Amino acid sequence: MSQSPELEGPTRRRFYIGAIYAIGGIIGAALSAPALVYLFSSPKSRQNSQWVEAGDVASLAPNQPVEMVFRRNRVDGWKVVSEKGTAWVVKNPDRSVTAFGPQCTHLGCAYHWEESKDEFVCPCHNSVFSLDGKVLSGPAPRSLDRFETRIEGGKLLLGGLRPSSGSPA
Amino acid sequence: MKPDWEGVAEWLDQRTGVQTALRHFLAEEIPASSGWRQAFGSVAVFLFLVQAFTGVLLAINYAPTPGEAYNSLRYILTDLTGGRLIRGLHHWGASMMIVVVALHLIQVFLYGAYKKPREATWMAGVVLLLVTLGYGMTGYLLPWDNRAYWGTVVVTQIAGSAPILGPYLSRLLGGGGAVGVVTFTRFFVMHVIVLPPLTLALIALHVFLVRKHGVTPVPGDEMLPKKQFYPGQVFRDTIAIFIAFAVLFTMAVAVRVPLEQLADPSDTTYIPRPEWYFLFLFQTLKLMTGPLEVVGSVVLPGLAVMALILVPFIDRGKMLKVTRRTTAMAFVALAAIGWTGLTAMAVATKPAPAPAAEIDYSGPTDWMQLSPEELAGIAYFRQENCVACHAVGEGGSKLGPDLTLTSIHRDAAWMIHHFKQPGLVRPGTSMPAIRLSDAQLNSLAAFLLRLNPRNATSLQDAPDFATQGALVYQANDCGSCHKVNGMGSSFGPALNGLSKRRSRSWVEQHFADPAKLSPGSMMPPFKFSPKDLDNLTTYLFALPE
Repeated sequence: MSQSPELEGPTRRRFYIGAIYAIGGIIGAALSAPALVYLFSSPKSRQNSQWVEAGDVASLAPNQPVEMVFRRNRVDGWKVVSEKGTAWVVKNPDRSVTAFGPQCTHLGCAYHWEESKDEFVCPCHNSVFSLDGKVLSGPAPRSLDRFETRIEGGKLLLGGLRPSSGSPA
Repeated sequence: MKPDWEGVAEWLDQRTGVQTALRHFLAEEIPASSGWRQAFGSVAVFLFLVQAFTGVLLAINYAPTPGEAYNSLRYILTDLTGGRLIRGLHHWGASMMIVVVALHLIQVFLYGAYKKPREATWMAGVVLLLVTLGYGMTGYLLPWDNRAYWGTVVVTQIAGSAPILGPYLSRLLGGGGAVGVVTFTRFFVMHVIVLPPLTLALIALHVFLVRKHGVTPVPGDEMLPKKQFYPGQVFRDTIAIFIAFAVLFTMAVAVRVPLEQLADPSDTTYIPRPEWYFLFLFQTLKLMTGPLEVVGSVVLPGLAVMALILVPFIDRGKMLKVTRRTTAMAFVALAAIGWTGLTAMAVATKPAPAPAAEIDYSGPTDWMQLSPEELAGIAYFRQENCVACHAVGEGGSKLGPDLTLTSIHRDAAWMIHHFKQPGLVRPGTSMPAIRLSDAQLNSLAAFLLRLNPRNATSLQDAPDFATQGALVYQANDCGSCHKVNGMGSSFGPALNGLSKRRSRSWVEQHFADPAKLSPGSMMPPFKFSPKDLDNLTTYLFALPE
């Protein structure tokens, strides 16, 4: 089986090279587009939107934050996990209730209520928050996050945690 | 200022030598006769890369333990955009890789390209074929569905039956007999940790050897001037790769890869079948029984692999002209006939799948589209014997108004008010009050709102297991966590298509003790009467996917 040697003139050569790059590009795009969608789009269905009971409102004294511990279910990938959650709950003088998320808005450390100073203090980088969650000092970029709250039959119900949009001031 | 790309390239080349090496690689001289038939190797390498790429993507959302593996794969398929496509590419890519590697082997065999000095190249290639089959065998278990589980049970039993080596192989595969966590982990490690670097090393060796000895010329090549690998041959390889990719992509999009029920070691009805490329071995085993079994399962395949590896030493003739290699052609033809015959026999004798459940799908199935609440309404509708007075389309008594028309005139609030105090809503009516709870009346109203002249008969024909099952469903408030036909909460998994995911016995046991069968599950245990359990399970299994 003899075959005449390929005469690779510049035109044919250019065509070959162009085709190699074009096909490589098509295959690359056909593989990377689904991969990007797969990696970066958020999973369908299964949203958390449950109200959980955190505790009695009656036991709260005005302006005295209490750390309430409750169990909540959370969708974690292909599972639903039941886990302990906490919130710092403050009864305001007008009888409304505020529930702060338990993490400092700086880098997510757990903060606590400093009774003697009437402030929330984060031990990691000394962010200090006031009773209404505003940043008093330290590196925290915004006020404490708040849970959606509802009171039913004297019980405090917590919904989703809403990131605060407030500036440090 | 234009960036000085050439300068950058030159700098990089001086420091790393990458461009020089690449130029050297591409400038390799190949015989004048080289062409399309040499493309199989490149396609195989390309498919390996696709497998690696899609494999990593799958692994990113995959939990490699039994049970969790299944749930995470289901999550990839149903919750993640593009997950089904990526799994399709990986699944069909595996099959395609076997086809291409086999074609590559046949081409090399026919052209006698394994002859001196290329024996080592051939042997490395045969090992690569075995590695490819090893991926297929280990990857088969990873979805942890019934197919995977039972297929692997058979494979480990075969390995354990090998003469002399059997007990050692069995221990290596993590068996004290049963396929469980240990076997699963070992298969996973084999599939993603051991085989990939081994494959890379073997491909490197194989390609190095091809380069070292050059592409095999055919008689007559020596008279002709050589060609360069780039761009002519690279172009042909690229076209071949593109064809393979187009076929693969089409299959991944068009042919749905099944995920069967979660592996159920207690399922006595499951008949395992291997992947298509192992069917010939499966059939051999069927033909060789008793003392011959080990011959078919281990001895013959072992000898075949040995023979394949030793081909260069068995055939030491000098003939390279493909049209004169009649013995080689006869071998390929025999092997092809044998393989095709055995595979065809296996396909032809495939048993019909056992009937999933004794559900009669021949009747009207409009009821399947109803929500559990509406379906439970049918149960109340029958219980209260509404048709004793009311017309329902053609049927029923003509005493009261036709109920197929109520949904046009009335809303749920009116109906419920009317059920409770008929006389208040319609003074002078002879209809008695319906004594049901609010929830039950809601259910009845929900059903009546769905009723229309077109579906009246088929809804009234809803089987009792479905209406009774829906009653149990409603009474236990299953909808507060689960979805059926899009109604309910998506907190727990949707129940449509349950029969595709779980076996009946699994579901029944799961009701009694959810935490035992799916650790971490939030579902409370339910104690049902045998009749309720039967109705509810049958109903859930009848739901459309």
